[in-house]
Order: sequence, then C-alpha cells, then structure tokens
Amino acid sequence: MVQTRQVSLLGYWLTIILAMALTIIPWSAPTLNLAPDWVLLVLIYWALASPETASVGKAWFVGLLVDVLTGQLLGQYALAYTVSIYLSIKQHKRIRHTPIIQQSLFVSLILLAAQIIIFWVERINGQAMPMQSWLPVLTGGLIWPIILMIMRKIRFFSY
Amino acid sequence: MLLLSIALIVVDHNSSTLKPLRDLLSVFIYPIQYIVDLPDSIFNSTVESFKDYEELLSENKNLKKQHLINSAKLLKFADLEKENIRLRSLLDSSFKLGEQVLVAELLSVNLAPYEHVVVVNKGSRFGISKGQAVLDENGIVGQVAKALPLSSEIILITDPNHAIPVQVNRNGLHTIAIGSGQLNKLNLPFLPNNADIVPGDLLVTSGLGGVFPQGYPVAVVSSFVAQPDKPFAIIQAEPSAALNTSRELLIVWHNVQVIPLSTPVVVKKNGTD
Repeated sequence: MVQTRQVSLLGYWLTIILAMALTIIPWSAPTLNLAPDWVLLVLIYWALASPETASVGKAWFVGLLVDVLTGQLLGQYALAYTVSIYLSIKQHKRIRHTPIIQQSLFVSLILLAAQIIIFWVERINGQAMPMQSWLPVLTGGLIWPIILMIMRKIRFFSY
Repeated sequence: MLLLSIALIVVDHNSSTLKPLRDLLSVFIYPIQYIVDLPDSIFNSTVESFKDYEELLSENKNLKKQHLINSAKLLKFADLEKENIRLRSLLDSSFKLGEQVLVAELLSVNLAPYEHVVVVNKGSRFGISKGQAVLDENGIVGQVAKALPLSSEIILITDPNHAIPVQVNRNGLHTIAIGSGQLNKLNLPFLPNNADIVPGDLLVTSGLGGVFPQGYPVAVVSSFVAQPDKPFAIIQAEPSAALNTSRELLIVWHNVQVIPLSTPVVVKKNGTD
C-alpha cells in the first residue's frame, strides 16, 4: 500500500510538471488562445481518480507555483485551484462512474468556476480580460477524454 | 487555504513584501522554463555548429567591416559627447552619464495569453532590478517587470498595460505611446488633430519619467488619421525593435546621478560587454 502511494505521488508530480511545461510552450497565437488550463485538467484527473493523492493543500501549492510561472498576482491561481479541486474531490464518487460525455461537462463546469475566480481577481487588479479568454473552458471540456486516456496510461504504467 | 490565498492576493496587490516568496518559488520554476527552452536552443546551436566555413569567413569579414565603421563613428561620438558636456556647462545645465549594458538571452517560453511578457535568462543575481530599460540593436524593447533570482520577466512596449514617454525626433514634440496588444503597433492617443506629426517620423525616448534613458529609437509613425469631431487624432506607430525575432536583449543600467558642474568632466566609456 505504501509502495503504490509513493509511486502515484511520483506520477502526480511528474504529470504536474509536464502540464506546467505545456502551459509555457510557445504556441502560435490562435492555438494559444484556445489552449486549456493543462495544470488544472491534470489536477482534476488526480482529484477524481485518486483523491487520497490529490489533496486540496497540494492543489493550493501547485496553484502558487503556477502564479509564479505565469507571473500573475500571487494567490490568484492558488485560490482558483483550491476551490475547483475541493469541488472535484467532493463529487469524485458520483462523477467517476458517469459516462465520459457527462464527465466532460462536469470538467467544463469546474474550469468555468476556476475561470470566474481568475476573472474576478484580474478585474480587481485592474486588468481587462477579452471575451476569447472564456474559450479555454470549452476546449478543456472537449479535450478531457484524451487527457483521461493519456493519464490512465501514465498512471497504470507507473504501477 | 481560501483565506490564505485571498490574503496573498491582497498583500501582493498592495505591496512588494512577498518578493522573497516569489523568488523562492521561482527557483522551482526555472528548471521547467529551461526544459521548455531546451529544444529551441539545441536546434540553434546545432545549426550554428554546422555552418559552412566559407559562410563564417564572409560573415566574419562583414562584421569586421561593420566594426571598423562603428568604431570610427564612436570616435566622433566621444568627441561630440565632450563638446556637448562643455556646451551644457556653459548653459548651466547638467549632463547625464553614459549607460552600462548586460546581454541577456531570451527563453522561448510563453507566460500568459494576451500579455506581452517575455522571460530572459539573467536575473537579480546579475544585478538586474525592476524597472530597468531593455533594448535590442534597433531600439527599445520594454522594461523589466519582475526580477527573479535566475530569470527576469520583461514587459514589452506593445503590452496593452504599458506606456512609454516619447518625443518626435524631428521637432521634439512630447507624447506617450501605449501598447496595442499587437506586436507591430503602438498607439499615440493623446495628440490633437493639428499636431505636427506625419507618417515616417521617428519617435525616440524622451527620458521623462526616469525609467528609459533618453534618445533611443522607439517606433516609426505609420499612420495618422485626423478626427475632426473628436479632440484627439488616431495615430499609430510601428516599433523599431524586432520584437518577435531578436533572441538577445540588452538590459541597461543608466546612471540617474548627474555630473556636478564644478567637478572636471570625465567621460565614461559606453558599454562594457
């Protein structure tokens, strides 16, 4: 038991680092506007698949790292990730067994919640966010089945 | 957790006390930035090491020629600078010393969409601090927005949240250029319809505000549309610096302290790199 827990912790951090790298890869402009929040998608996967590995505290720390990574106000992503991972862990038993389309919808809702929090904070900070910045919520939901597939491969490979 | 993050947001919004925390976390982040940049820099160095001998030879020749021309110009420049200082002391005004520069290399990472912020590989360990001006060989690129220990974030002049005080080189007209969010466009929203400015005018930094050193090219006016029914004209300019292609940037220290008029004048050599 201890063994598997350690292994999945390793997988957790590896995938998070991968997602962070994906976040800052220089995409071309149109794809950049569509790119979903990779880190949050990975965090949601871990929250649904193994809530004992993915705690709210870890999500908070990852959010803080993303704040530094993207040069935003400290605490902005931390707040968004804390709320969304709390919601995911709370609902994980119900969501895990639903069909994949329903899961995608749920993930979109979580992404929307996170985006709303980020929108509020940026608004208070005096930064205007253009309308297109809501698109990643949709693409995130659409890309969820692929993420699920890849993450499952990674997770069972590491066991 | 919620309260903690809200507290962080409030503190970080209002003060810079959280800088040590950001510095600490950025050390964890740097390897990720480095890894993302790796393929690009490996590609560049491989291309360089496979360059033709002939090609290198001709490039070397050209550079030597360029160097000769530049040093001849610099000779003239030193002379002019001395003359300028002498004339200014006659006019009872003070003179600003030359600048020192550091070359930093761009990391090819992309932070947030809709923000024109780039990352370079030199940070506060090299003495870089917030607010320093950043140039490339053609003109002003931006200024240092955050200096982290191993890297620093540079906000470009085209970021919608960035404004730079400029001056028309032809007649000394002062105004402010604001980023448009597009890499090839700056807006000059505060000039009246009858302002003496035409497409083709060079805009240089005016040195007002104290962030940017005076007299570096910023942009060239590309269009002027008068709006008779509004107080201000629509003026756009194209940045001189190659914002999307340059890989090496110069970070400038410019001495704000002025030479007192009574002491003998010493001209400092420009640039150490």
